[in-house]
Amino acid sequence: MSTIFDGLSLGAIYALIALGYTMVYGIAKMLNFAHGDIIMVGAYAILTTLAAGGHIGLALVVAVVTCVIFGIVIEKVAYKPLRGASPLAVLITAIGVSYFLQSIAQIIFGAKAQTVTVATFGTVSIGTAEISISSIITLIVGAVIMAGLTLFVKNTRTGRAMLAVSEDRGAAQLMGINVNRIIMITFAIGSALAACASIFYLMQIPSTEPTLGSMPGIKAFTAAVIGGIGSIPGAMIGGVLLGVIEKICLSIPVLAPYTTAVEFAMLILILLVRPIGLLGKKRREKV
Amino acid sequence: MSDIVLKTENLGISFGGLKAVDNVNIEIKRKQLYGLVGPNGAGKTTVFNLLTGVYQPTTGCFYLNGEKLTGKTQEQINHKGIARTFQNIRLFNNMSVIRNVMVGLHNQPEFKCNPFVSLFRLPRHFKTEKAMREKAKEILRIFDLEDERNNLACNLPYGKQRKLEIARALATNPKLLLLDEPAAGMNPYETEDLMKIIRHIRDEFDLTILLIEHDMKFVSGLCDEITVLNFGTVLAQGKTEEALNNPEVIKAYIGE
Amino acid sequence: MAKLKKIKISDYFCYIMVAAVMLVSFVVAQTGNLPRSYSNLLVQIAYSIILAVSLNLVVGFLGELSLGHAGFMCVGAYVGSYIAMQLAEVIDNKLIVLLLSMIIGGLLAAFFGFLVGLPALRLKGDYLAIVTLAFGEIVRTIFKNMSVFGKAMGLSTQAIKYDTRKDTSLYLVSFITVLVVLFFVQNLIRSKHGRAITAIRDNEIAAKAMGINVTFYKLFVFVIAAFFAGMAGVIYGHYTTPVLYSFFSYNYSIEILVMVVLGGMASINGSIIAAALITFVNFQLQSHLSGDQAALKYLIYALILIVLVIFNNAPKLAPIKDKFSPKTLLVKAKGHRHPGEIRSDTGDWRVIPSKIKMDEVLSVDLQQNTEFTPDKPQKGGK
Repeated sequence: MSTIFDGLSLGAIYALIALGYTMVYGIAKMLNFAHGDIIMVGAYAILTTLAAGGHIGLALVVAVVTCVIFGIVIEKVAYKPLRGASPLAVLITAIGVSYFLQSIAQIIFGAKAQTVTVATFGTVSIGTAEISISSIITLIVGAVIMAGLTLFVKNTRTGRAMLAVSEDRGAAQLMGINVNRIIMITFAIGSALAACASIFYLMQIPSTEPTLGSMPGIKAFTAAVIGGIGSIPGAMIGGVLLGVIEKICLSIPVLAPYTTAVEFAMLILILLVRPIGLLGKKRREKV
Repeated sequence: MSDIVLKTENLGISFGGLKAVDNVNIEIKRKQLYGLVGPNGAGKTTVFNLLTGVYQPTTGCFYLNGEKLTGKTQEQINHKGIARTFQNIRLFNNMSVIRNVMVGLHNQPEFKCNPFVSLFRLPRHFKTEKAMREKAKEILRIFDLEDERNNLACNLPYGKQRKLEIARALATNPKLLLLDEPAAGMNPYETEDLMKIIRHIRDEFDLTILLIEHDMKFVSGLCDEITVLNFGTVLAQGKTEEALNNPEVIKAYIGE
Repeated sequence: MAKLKKIKISDYFCYIMVAAVMLVSFVVAQTGNLPRSYSNLLVQIAYSIILAVSLNLVVGFLGELSLGHAGFMCVGAYVGSYIAMQLAEVIDNKLIVLLLSMIIGGLLAAFFGFLVGLPALRLKGDYLAIVTLAFGEIVRTIFKNMSVFGKAMGLSTQAIKYDTRKDTSLYLVSFITVLVVLFFVQNLIRSKHGRAITAIRDNEIAAKAMGINVTFYKLFVFVIAAFFAGMAGVIYGHYTTPVLYSFFSYNYSIEILVMVVLGGMASINGSIIAAALITFVNFQLQSHLSGDQAALKYLIYALILIVLVIFNNAPKLAPIKDKFSPKTLLVKAKGHRHPGEIRSDTGDWRVIPSKIKMDEVLSVDLQQNTEFTPDKPQKGGK
């Protein structure tokens, strides 16, 4: 029971990161490899604010602002010049950005993991299981953010413009939508979500290091693919599914060392059997 | 009977309920120049995609020289003798003109060469390469592209790119050649030239040619029989002049 | 049109380059002046060249991004070294053991290459890149947990390791291997098969329509590239101990990718020079930097990737580049009319092949399915 609950809250973190991946992939048609490292940026922003004596609420605001600025600057500097180039070129640049952020963080903050105490919560017992309150908060806030995002995309002008751009960039442009602005907003939202993910991450694992974001980043991408890339509910389902599977694997002694392998094997299987993921849409190549 | 190269039987495909091509029956005789015309979106290119295995038909089938080819992959269909060009030119842009044609020659039995022979650079490898180069030059000469052979394909002017695509398709030694809007974007002089070339390769290589074209002068100057498609169905079929003067066809093109 | 066959030095440049390095270092070694650290560096350069050249086959010639190349090396290093240690007990000659284990390690890596090649038949672009990355991580995790290979302690290869203090011959063997690999790679890309592979890169749909067996060639490239990477792994196993899973992380795959990007897509000479350069710079950085400053290495990688890729691929920069490219300037000076007239087949080899158009990225190769699945009409919500 507590395993599943841990899995759910880990899954909520994955889902938040996966949302960033999925939105950027859906709208900018690129795999933002550096997305995971934005979480790391957020974590260090929180660390710095707390170390300077800031309140946790202030830290959260600083993290969100920092991440959004990073997201927009990265998009403008590294990805925008490549619009229209081969997607592989964009992917390679994104890998470069990911390395850039990691190495800069290491030069500034050092490679050593540093402890960040965001807040200490106790546990509550439900039946026989001990469940940490931070897990519950993660789950609830995660769900609220996702619901808000879905409403935003469905019901606002900007949200509908995002949908239009993801359907057909050329047509959207002809309809008078400022595609560059929409892509920028997408990156901003994705980065803000990553900042939220970083604070939940620190609630569960209270330490940060320069490579903090890379593994969760790749796993969240896995989640996005499982759910169907480009689909917001898909990212949520994929994230939660992956989190639960990870925790279940870790709780079985035989499987525990192979957890990463199991997750990646799942990714490969899904891509081979149903490449569009659980909730994805099929597209046809024009000949 | 044995004179019929391509025969389609009730060929059809639907995309999510929309019948893109429905019930198309075409018979093309050996060495015939056959036209496929129709307004935009009539399903002409879809017919080509069906005949080359890009799409699998939902209904019906087609035969090449009496052999059923429905269900085969694109590669297999090419080996059996159907080659095509594309409406939106698809050359190997970062390769030289001659190498584009040499890729077309890849599967010809006289140029068979095991990958391991090439890996070890056995004499066979050099012999094959040389023979392929000569053959490719020969084909390029027909299209008056020999002097351009070392240029990159993407640097050719548009009309020459269209011709190169035909040359490349011809290199696969087809029995039936499918040309998708071969004269699109060409000036009248180039079009005239292309008509000559098409007739020439038909005679020289004993080819049967099915072509899609919007330029009616081109079609009526070249094809003796045509099929007119509209909304995926056959509107008229038969001798070019008669089919083009069919009231239904005129209505489809010009409206009421 | 009989033309005299000229031997073009540029065709053999890569062999000359590698052989020259090998001979010079051999002569220096004979005089006894080759520092131990430099014979180590030479071995590192050798296996890096093999890795970069073989990855270039996949990325530059086939046009698929592989982020799991270190995984193949991992297979070769673990399995090849293990087999070498078994063989060493039977066969006395060190060289024969090395060669045999190199072939066996390479073959096993090639088998894994085949496995990774299978998804490549259905997936393209970003998706395939992620699958290769996942593959690399899976391989690493499995080797980390196998007790035969020493679990988290790694496989100790002390028994077969070349002690560079007494025996500097490993770099000779490695460089000869490099020459052999180059021989095969050059032959492959200059044959009809190489043409077929570049045709698939340039336009897969057209290649299929020309009757090219895309399935075969994709698998072939992955298998060959994995074989060579496996051989590089076996050399690595003979050079250092223990063979440790953590070395083969995706960071190392990216390091190889940096070499390929720096050297230029589909440029063998470029890959060789870049591999040597990166390895050399690494070597210098490692001996001069410590602790957190070591991140400088990755900062350099990052800048290489970002700056080079943007410079070579940004659509807006293309006209500016055209104006000032040495090729155009040369043509202008000579007064030729065709700026495109260049002898090489690879085109602008620095540009990353874009056989996938932006709007086709998400499309999955439906043509593989024999059964036709109709696509749904597009709906607004997602």
